[in-house]
Amino acid sequence: MNRRKFVNYFLGGSLGATVLAFLYPVLRYLLPPGQAEVLQKRVAAAKVGDLVPNSFRIFKFGASPGILVNTQDGQLLALSAVCTHLTCTVRYEGDSGTLYCPCHNGRFDLAGNVISGPPPAPLETYKVEVVGDDIFVSKKA
Amino acid sequence: MNKTLRAVWAFIDERFQIQALAGFAKKKSVPEHKHSFWYFFGGICLFLTALQIVTGILLLLYYTPSVDGAHESVQFIMSQVKFGWLIRSVHSWSANILIGALFIHMFSTFFLKAYRAPRELTWVTGFFLFVIFLAIGFSGYLLPWNELSYFATRVGTDIAGSLPIIGKSLKTFILGGSIVGQATLTRFFWLHVAILPLAAGILIGLHVLLVQILGMSTPLSLKGKPVREIPFFPDFIYKDVLGWVMILILVGVLCVFLPWEIGKKADPFAATPLGIKPEWYFTFMFTTLKLIPSHIFSIEGEKLAILGFMLGGALWLLVPFLNRRASRELPSPAFTVAGAIIFAYIVVMTILTYTLHGL
Amino acid sequence: MKIPAALILSFLLLSGALLAQKNSCVECHGKLDDELKAPVEGFKLDVHQQFGLGCQDCHGGNPALDDEDKAKDKTFKGAPKRAQVPEFCARCHSDSAYIKTFNPRLRVDQLDLYKTSRHGELLKKGDTKVAVCTDCHGVHGIQTAKHPRSSTFPWNIPQTCGRCHADANFMKAYKIPTDQLGEYKQSVHAQALYEKKDLSAPACNSCHGNHGAAPPEVKSIAFVCRQCHPSAGELFSKSPHKKAFDEMGFSECDACHGKHKILRPTDDMLGTGGGAVCVQCHEPGSKPFVAAGRMKELLAGFGSEIEANQSLLDRAERKGVEVSDPKYRLQEIHTLLVSVRNLTHALDLADIEQKVGEGKSLLVGVRASGEAALREAKLRRTGLVVATVLLILFAFAFYLKIRQMKNRPKA
Repeated sequence: MNRRKFVNYFLGGSLGATVLAFLYPVLRYLLPPGQAEVLQKRVAAAKVGDLVPNSFRIFKFGASPGILVNTQDGQLLALSAVCTHLTCTVRYEGDSGTLYCPCHNGRFDLAGNVISGPPPAPLETYKVEVVGDDIFVSKKA
Repeated sequence: MNKTLRAVWAFIDERFQIQALAGFAKKKSVPEHKHSFWYFFGGICLFLTALQIVTGILLLLYYTPSVDGAHESVQFIMSQVKFGWLIRSVHSWSANILIGALFIHMFSTFFLKAYRAPRELTWVTGFFLFVIFLAIGFSGYLLPWNELSYFATRVGTDIAGSLPIIGKSLKTFILGGSIVGQATLTRFFWLHVAILPLAAGILIGLHVLLVQILGMSTPLSLKGKPVREIPFFPDFIYKDVLGWVMILILVGVLCVFLPWEIGKKADPFAATPLGIKPEWYFTFMFTTLKLIPSHIFSIEGEKLAILGFMLGGALWLLVPFLNRRASRELPSPAFTVAGAIIFAYIVVMTILTYTLHGL
Repeated sequence: MKIPAALILSFLLLSGALLAQKNSCVECHGKLDDELKAPVEGFKLDVHQQFGLGCQDCHGGNPALDDEDKAKDKTFKGAPKRAQVPEFCARCHSDSAYIKTFNPRLRVDQLDLYKTSRHGELLKKGDTKVAVCTDCHGVHGIQTAKHPRSSTFPWNIPQTCGRCHADANFMKAYKIPTDQLGEYKQSVHAQALYEKKDLSAPACNSCHGNHGAAPPEVKSIAFVCRQCHPSAGELFSKSPHKKAFDEMGFSECDACHGKHKILRPTDDMLGTGGGAVCVQCHEPGSKPFVAAGRMKELLAGFGSEIEANQSLLDRAERKGVEVSDPKYRLQEIHTLLVSVRNLTHALDLADIEQKVGEGKSLLVGVRASGEAALREAKLRRTGLVVATVLLILFAFAFYLKIRQMKNRPKA
């Protein structure tokens, strides 16, 4: 093979390899990733039947915890679980029907309002929708 | 292999009549001299624009332009989508490198007086392209909807709103309302992916067409001296591609070691973060506005500065028509000096933005 | 002669207005210096003034009269002596019918409470060095406790109490410590109050009371702390310490955490090491001693594993990999650590073991994510090397081609 042909093959080969090396990531990118649902705008917090009345569950909403409550009369409510005092995670107390923060005795009602204790601001409330078997929580408009 | 290629070529040529074009391309030549290094920057801008279009189209697949989903979709691209981090980081890094290359391209053509007759329209289309790309950069910066982009947009549109007479309506038009919100995001997305690229495409077409028709300009300092010419195909284009490959390697290194940050989601009710500033390419104007005294001869300093920039822009646009000497192929040191002052001003102001205390 | 009614009316109104504004107290005292002028200056910002009260409402007299002797009529009380101050203020502040007309929610039991306080007791015995109303609230320029400039606003209270209680000379005769303010300022409560501006953080009055200020008795200390820390208190009550402490007359929280210099608790307070509180009572080799050591081991181990995972995730993040999901999970595990640390008050080793076990199994998932992120970072670098090598090869091939083109015979 003469010099000219070698250079041409070298050029063609390296070009081809480079193009493939660039095409590979692009093709992988185009294929849908495992978790299809991108938005934390709307999260499937639990399944219907996961929560008995007068109980609660903490779920991940965006980058922070949220609390899903099934009240005594079977109503589903969702709020931010981050206590507005020093960011501890609140819990639901069935006996009093309130949200309680164990760190410094802060207490909120089920609308998120501060009832007693040091929290300076109310908890953000979320929208709850039951679609089929799933309970979806999303931010209010 | 060669036979098949020749057959394909003949097939296409019969239908598209490319031979004439190919003939023209073969004859095209580029002067080679001590300043011809600057010729590459036009092609670099074109290459980076193509890179932006490709990565931008890919990002379109997963990005959502809504205040509830924009930040989350960028997070999703960076963490869940395969090579999403790469596509997005390439797009963000190349955007900044492209604007840098545009500055270099613009100033090199200015100092080499490539705008003199008959290339005035190349300069004019180039000027508008520069403005369009700055707008593409500004609109794109908001799309990730993070803290920095939200407040930078607020500051930028506030400045637009302070323009006399047209300011208020201009700001309302840009924002799609009175505040930076969903309407703004939709509007900026519309500008960033449709309107501005379309306008840029048309102008690039004109700009490149003019370059093809008129050829490369030779600097005045070499007038009269014999200048070597190299054929565009394949010599110059190969050197062009070499440069592009270097840039591609640079972008790759940047993306792997310094992937673009996602940032904190924008919160319109949060206080403006301290030291908020726009992207680096706007900082020379931003810092001018910050440093200018509040009143000069009873006119508001900021308004004066903005008008000054607009006037400066208008003069910059009209340089080919203002520089009479250059159009007569005579040296024009006054313009060189003016350009050097402007260039130094931009560089100094940009550096001051990041080094000066309390800005 | 008919004088227009309007003219008469306006004359009356004008003179009425002029008379209403006449305040000879302010006029005269305003012309004096220093101590005698101070009431005029201070009263401008006083809360009593905002409710429309004036000098005469506390001190009596008739401010409508210019002549000093006539103004100081038989209702004039002048400035009360220190020992009389509480009764002086209580004339209004213990009169619920009167106070109701200004602020229906304002308490009217301050004097009663004051009488039960150490200050009140000593004042009754004739000691006028103790605090009376004006020492804490100010004299002319009193603000409500909700006003940040008030000497009774939460973050001003330690300084107000400290004016006397931190002054060793002043307190010499009373033979009580004067280091409380200094100790408090080092505490985590002071940090919350002064630095974080958390107004719910306790100052002196939160534990000692306002007007009925007294040191809480030993068994009261725990109740006082439980106001804000009920979970620790409940757990403590379930522990064997409760009975033991009660029998020995130890105060619950104070024994380990202190009274004023309450610092952020660390794992070192637990166990058998140098800074541990357990060894204050428990002999080496005893069952509690061993349990303490085990608890410390569990907690310290859990804590350091969380830290290790945190730095793992930080490393991955520094290398450019997105790790917000495992970081969230780690945050939740950290919350678990906080609750386990609280569990030490119950001294239930089995419970602590179980919770720590829970936490550790959750950490397994976090570690896996962290290590996967590091692998991803490595993969990226490898990919970069491959792509760069290919590009360099391509560039080199180009260079050869260019050279070849240059050297070819001109067409």
